[in-house]
Amino acid sequence: MKPLINTAKKLALAAIIASGSFAATATTLLNVSYDPTREFYREYNQLFNTHWQAQDNPAATVRQSHGGSGSQARSVIDGLDADVVTLALAYDVDALRKRGELIPENWQSRLPLNSSPYTSTIVLLVRKGNPKNIKDWDDLVRDDVQVITPNPKTSGGARWNYLAAWGYALKKYGSDEKAYEFVEKIYKNVPVLDPAARGATNTFVQRRIGDVFIAWENEAFLAVEQLGRGEYEIIVPSTSILAEPPVTVVDKNVDRKGTRKAAEAYLNFLYSDEAQHLAAKHYYRPAKPEIAKQYLEKFPQVNFFTVDEVFAGWDNAQETHFNDGGRFDAILEAIARARR
Amino acid sequence: MSQSAARSVIPGFGITLGFSVLYLSLLFLLPVAGLVLFTFKMTWPEFWAAVSHPQVVASYKLSFLASFIGASINAVFGTLTAWVLVRYTFPGKKIVDALVDLPFALPTAVAGIALVTLYASTGWVGHYLDLFGIRVAYSEIGVVIALTYIGLPFVVRTVQPVLADFEKELEEASAALGASRLTTVRRVILPAILPALLTGYALAFARAVGEYGSVIFISGNMPYKTEITPLLIVAKAEQYDYNGAAAIGVVMLAAAFILLLMINGLQWWASRRG
Amino acid sequence: MSSLAQTQPALAAASLPKATAEPAWVKWTLVTVALTFLTLFLVLPLSVVLYGAFELGVKVWWDAITEPDALAAIRLTLFVLVIVVPLNAIFGIAIAWAIAKFEFKGKTLLISIIDMPFAISPVVVGLIFVILFGSQGWLGPWLSAHDIKIVFAVPGIIIVILFGTLPFVARELIPLMQQQGKEEEEASLTLGASGWKTFWYVTLPNIKWGLIYGVVLCNARAMGEFGAVAIVSGRIRGETNTMPLHIEVLYNEYMFTAAFAVSSLLTGLALVTIVIKSWVEYKDERRHKTA
Repeated sequence: MKPLINTAKKLALAAIIASGSFAATATTLLNVSYDPTREFYREYNQLFNTHWQAQDNPAATVRQSHGGSGSQARSVIDGLDADVVTLALAYDVDALRKRGELIPENWQSRLPLNSSPYTSTIVLLVRKGNPKNIKDWDDLVRDDVQVITPNPKTSGGARWNYLAAWGYALKKYGSDEKAYEFVEKIYKNVPVLDPAARGATNTFVQRRIGDVFIAWENEAFLAVEQLGRGEYEIIVPSTSILAEPPVTVVDKNVDRKGTRKAAEAYLNFLYSDEAQHLAAKHYYRPAKPEIAKQYLEKFPQVNFFTVDEVFAGWDNAQETHFNDGGRFDAILEAIARARR
Repeated sequence: MSQSAARSVIPGFGITLGFSVLYLSLLFLLPVAGLVLFTFKMTWPEFWAAVSHPQVVASYKLSFLASFIGASINAVFGTLTAWVLVRYTFPGKKIVDALVDLPFALPTAVAGIALVTLYASTGWVGHYLDLFGIRVAYSEIGVVIALTYIGLPFVVRTVQPVLADFEKELEEASAALGASRLTTVRRVILPAILPALLTGYALAFARAVGEYGSVIFISGNMPYKTEITPLLIVAKAEQYDYNGAAAIGVVMLAAAFILLLMINGLQWWASRRG
Repeated sequence: MSSLAQTQPALAAASLPKATAEPAWVKWTLVTVALTFLTLFLVLPLSVVLYGAFELGVKVWWDAITEPDALAAIRLTLFVLVIVVPLNAIFGIAIAWAIAKFEFKGKTLLISIIDMPFAISPVVVGLIFVILFGSQGWLGPWLSAHDIKIVFAVPGIIIVILFGTLPFVARELIPLMQQQGKEEEEASLTLGASGWKTFWYVTLPNIKWGLIYGVVLCNARAMGEFGAVAIVSGRIRGETNTMPLHIEVLYNEYMFTAAFAVSSLLTGLALVTIVIKSWVEYKDERRHKTA
């Protein structure tokens, strides 16, 4: 027993010393982000550090935390010490203001382009050769098509999927009722409702369930490139939503930790040409128009609509569609009734 | 505190009991009381609405029914396994015996990934089941499989020692009185292991109702169909609805508490019989 | 017959009268059914993990578990164990001592409370501590004013694992010490030994094996805890990711081989504890036989 306790003490001491000395020599930033940005930020953190040190600053260690966008926002509200958040949708970032008073009201106008340095859109991923001949959103309501998409209640990415389909139907068929019917038919074709986007990718790719996977464009590219070249094809729908994942400094945390300067530099540098090219490399659409122009071949033109245009902002979209008792709950109930 | 404690020559009553009660209170009782108090912020109708929404009720049904089936499978096959391990010798028995504890030790998330890899229609086992039109992964059967897996050690480990201690003389007497082997098993051995079996069953059941990590990978998580209650708690929390999450959490706490009261009742009943 | 059975169990089993044994075909049917069940639920999942881990060779496996984030997760998991296991062991010994050696009111209640953490969903455990210690929670504002971090840091992880593994040692020791009674301790004390001496030289040797068994189970469970940790960890790479969380991260990064590699390491650690446990049981059995 005694030697064990001694070892424990030594280990604990070593851990304290190690963590202490680390903090003293370098600025440490914590970037709390959502799942699909891992690969991008891993490379961006190095790029930023080179730039940051070139300006005579001590090295900055950027720690990463990834998970579902909503659960990440919840962690920050509950006290996860994020210096910056880079989440999937403005609604989750805004929750930091509404529920934690961690950021000011005008947070989204503090950085250019709606604080979204990179954008994306929602596309359809199908299996090699497109066996079900899927061309556009309309094919997703066919009886013979199985659709994979995560649960919009728990996954921020899935909310973009849902709104993209809704917006398409609204434009094409003209009324909210028709759009509701359309989206309900899509969810009727969903056999597995994963809690998070990456889980849904694994369901589609690893378990080979479903004919079409509604995905962020960058996730679709990643699946095509990393999970099986030539096994999947990306179908770009005629109309889709402009997905704007926003970033912000978490004011309350950086002011307490004294890391504001580094944190702001970290986010500003996302708008540099190098960072914009890096975003494109990781399949995000660069938000700066002059850089985006260089990638027209990689990212095909889509008729975009935004959340603000069609749904009058995220608060409205959330309340109408995703809150308890909203449209999505109605869809689930209708499907459950139909199954009985 | 009590008279016999004061009279005993053995020291340390105050310090051991004090430390135990303090430790339990700080780590367990106060936090749990905190959760219950937290729901007092809600009015009764709010609380009721949160815990009785049809989607939540559907999840209770699934969680409890699947746990019931899983624990029942374990009762049958766990008893059989315990019997085989105690009464027979066969090659590799030691290894098999050691493996029974695996679900205790393997992280539930790993178990979930491994089970879905096996039982999805692309997996080693699911592939064959698929030929017969049986879909295990992403269905209620998947939930039962995961819950059977995590409850497996309980029945085996509660029944095993009782069987090992069981006195052969009773069996011999029964046989000498002319009972057939089956009658002996049914009338003599089964009643003897029943209390232990019920305890193991209740523990496996209680553990299964709260299980999260292994189930979400294999269940498909379809609301009203394959969505378990712990997942709903997570979903509520992630929508910043802590009240709703805590309310459902309190319902699960109550269920756990009732289950444990039953276990203790069973043990009391068993000790009186014994 | 019975004395023979005690000294030579293997032989005795083989020479049992027919009336208390089953025909060979029954025996082998039962063995086959049990083994099929265990294969489907234990051996195959284990094989999936090992196959996935070593599919691309030992070098890939080694690289996956020596990668810095994996090492950080391994270090964190071991660090948590070093704190959790001794604390719960001390608690187990203390409560077993109080319950086995003394009579007091509320004893039965105390015994039934010990089992509770076992039946509470890990998700609820995580939620409880976020509600208590999170910045929106009751103690959160006070904690952050004093710059104390609990949730989304290592202390939070330690607390939820302490909670989840609370009963293991106590559960092993209480029945054991109750069964052993207090005569030996009383004899030692009457002969003039101090309380500590009595504990070290009389009680501890008696409960040694039960203690090790409880510690091993507590250890195994603490390593694998997932649901509760996932809620309070904050998932900071290389910092608050335990091994089970790191596995989930790798899986979500499509690094399946690495995910299975770390899983296999964890499984290996679990199997080591199971082997230790079996060894303990074997020793214990032998001790009982010779005693």
